[in-house]
Amino acid sequence: MFSGKVFGALAGATVLALSATGAVAQPKDKIKIGFIYVGPVGDHGWSYQHDQGRQAIEKAFPGKVTTTFVESVPEADSERAIEQLARTGHDLIFTTSFGFMEPTLKVAKKYPNIKFEHATGFKRNPNLSTYAAKFHEGRYIIGQIAGKMTKSNTIGYVGAFPIPEVIAGINAFYLGAQSVNPNVKIKIVFANTWYDPAKEGDAAKALLDQGVDMLAQHTDSPAPIQAAEARGKFGFGQASDMERFAPKAQLTAIIDDWSQYYVARAKAVLDGTWKSEDTWGGLASNMVVMAPYKNMPDDVKKLAQETEAAIRSGQLNPFKCPIIGQDGKEIECKGQGALSDQQVLGMNFYVKGIEDRIPK
Amino acid sequence: MRFELTPRTNSSTVMRIFASIAAFITAFLIAGFVIWLMGRSPLAAFDVYVLQPLSDPWSLQELIVKATPMALIAIGLSYCFRANLWNIGAEGQYVIGAVLGGWLALRTHGTDAGLWVLPLMLLLGILGGALWGLIPAFLKTRFGVNEILTSLMLVYVAQLTLDYLVRGPWRDPQGFNFPQSVTFDPAATLPPILEAGRVHYGAVFAAIAVVVTAVILGRTLFGYRLKLTGDAPRAARFAGFSSKATTLAVFAISGGLAGLAGISEVSGQIGQLQPSISPGYGFTAITVAFLGRLNPIGILVASLVVALTFIGGESAQIMLKLPLDLTQAFQGILLLCVLAADAMVSYRIRFVTRGGGK
Repeated sequence: MFSGKVFGALAGATVLALSATGAVAQPKDKIKIGFIYVGPVGDHGWSYQHDQGRQAIEKAFPGKVTTTFVESVPEADSERAIEQLARTGHDLIFTTSFGFMEPTLKVAKKYPNIKFEHATGFKRNPNLSTYAAKFHEGRYIIGQIAGKMTKSNTIGYVGAFPIPEVIAGINAFYLGAQSVNPNVKIKIVFANTWYDPAKEGDAAKALLDQGVDMLAQHTDSPAPIQAAEARGKFGFGQASDMERFAPKAQLTAIIDDWSQYYVARAKAVLDGTWKSEDTWGGLASNMVVMAPYKNMPDDVKKLAQETEAAIRSGQLNPFKCPIIGQDGKEIECKGQGALSDQQVLGMNFYVKGIEDRIPK
Repeated sequence: MRFELTPRTNSSTVMRIFASIAAFITAFLIAGFVIWLMGRSPLAAFDVYVLQPLSDPWSLQELIVKATPMALIAIGLSYCFRANLWNIGAEGQYVIGAVLGGWLALRTHGTDAGLWVLPLMLLLGILGGALWGLIPAFLKTRFGVNEILTSLMLVYVAQLTLDYLVRGPWRDPQGFNFPQSVTFDPAATLPPILEAGRVHYGAVFAAIAVVVTAVILGRTLFGYRLKLTGDAPRAARFAGFSSKATTLAVFAISGGLAGLAGISEVSGQIGQLQPSISPGYGFTAITVAFLGRLNPIGILVASLVVALTFIGGESAQIMLKLPLDLTQAFQGILLLCVLAADAMVSYRIRFVTRGGGK
């Protein structure tokens, strides 16, 4: 806001002057921040990482910020839990699963003075931001590692649901694998859950039984990588560093690191500078972090590090054009030299070489 | 030493009500002890869990919202359970009700279809649930297939059908390929009873279901027939009651009410079809039905109590930072206490030291 900026510059550090005008959102001394998690904090995956972000906020602003979380909130019944946070004096509320989109929007409209942040959705409001991470950047790297290391030339992938985020991850993974190994095949199983260790483990075992020797996962528990460990195969951690669950099997992990973002957003509310935005961070903004590369030969490690650096610097985009669809036709390139953000966020096709079909 | 249960001949209604109260107190004492072991104040927990939700208009309203689907489904289940038929698949009947009713909402989306849409959606919801419920009933009466297995397995069929529809043909074209339908038009939305409130007309349906069921079970031949079929199937047969007709009827009623709950939730609360439209109401309702001892008024109370544990559990997480697991454990403790109290009213406990019995 122009007037806000000018006034802020004039007032400098005089916080009092700003809050007296009421022209911009007022800075606050103490705030309460609430989190809604779709899984248990102990899932060691998605919700666990959001909770790490929550703890980072507490550490960053001792005495100024208190946080609360509600875990395992069913998506179809989340409106009440969100509203309960809104009613109990929380200034900023993070809802951390796609399924919370409509309920978050409803509650945000009802409480215009409270700030909301919804992860992985696309509906915004003046008091509702959205944020997500470019996990597909990390998936391209692990695809290359898997493509290099596979002996059976067949790699497995446990997906949660066939939604665009997961599809884009599969494509990036496969494009990475293909870039170093044109003959590589991929087998995909959807577990139809984000978190269910038993189902995830079964899906992983089914893939391993089919001769897969590298296992990637886009579900949140360590069960798939543990299955790989038990069979002496390799896998990649999801959302958090899962090395302690599979010290021999984990090659690396794609870590969701929400800490920086969460701390920045909390600071924005404290400073009175919070605005509704859409954030899509990747390796470059440290929202996606790769766990140490381990259990692999030096040349593979070197390749992974180079790819990571290239993506970080913007030299390499996993979805650089031309991208060929499963049917052999080129996908229209709507971005600059690569697929546009919208195309990646709404991806519902597999790239050429993947033999499975997207469940519809 | 072991103990035996011998049936009591003189268990009264007063005793049963007293036993329920005792069960609740016992459950709270056990939970309070656990909370105390965790180093928190049991009194503060009781305040947050029970007193605050019951003294605040907003949470009272939320209590009704949460209890509505559970009450509707559990009332339906009580017909089956009274006749000793085990419909475990209310969750699926709920989903199919939502699917069939939701179909009309999507079909009329963007048109200026008028007031007829909503009533017809509700009827389709009832029809969908009833038809889905009739499948296990038919398989049982025709082929003697165990209804527990078929009704339960049909839950997954129903859920995956919904899943398929919202990922495929019914997906919102503007929704970035995310698996969800468009949001329903106002004409297809079950309105709130009070403006800007969250309690929708589903609560009224639940209240009607309670009253009608109380009348049917207490004052009609059909109600008597259910009881007889459940308690003394041979006697029911001699009395000329067809057990097949009873089976079909109770599954249709039970499924219909679950379907009504489904379409009411989707159209009154969620506002669109999405892969998950129930946090397991169809299964929780089984607990609710037994907590309410298959009695309509009892079920109404039980649904509110279970809703209270959910809402209180969320408050406890927010205000006291007590874990969710405690809420789930408490629900289990409560059910166990009620069932134990029930058993003690119906049976006398006799300790057998040695040589007694076989």
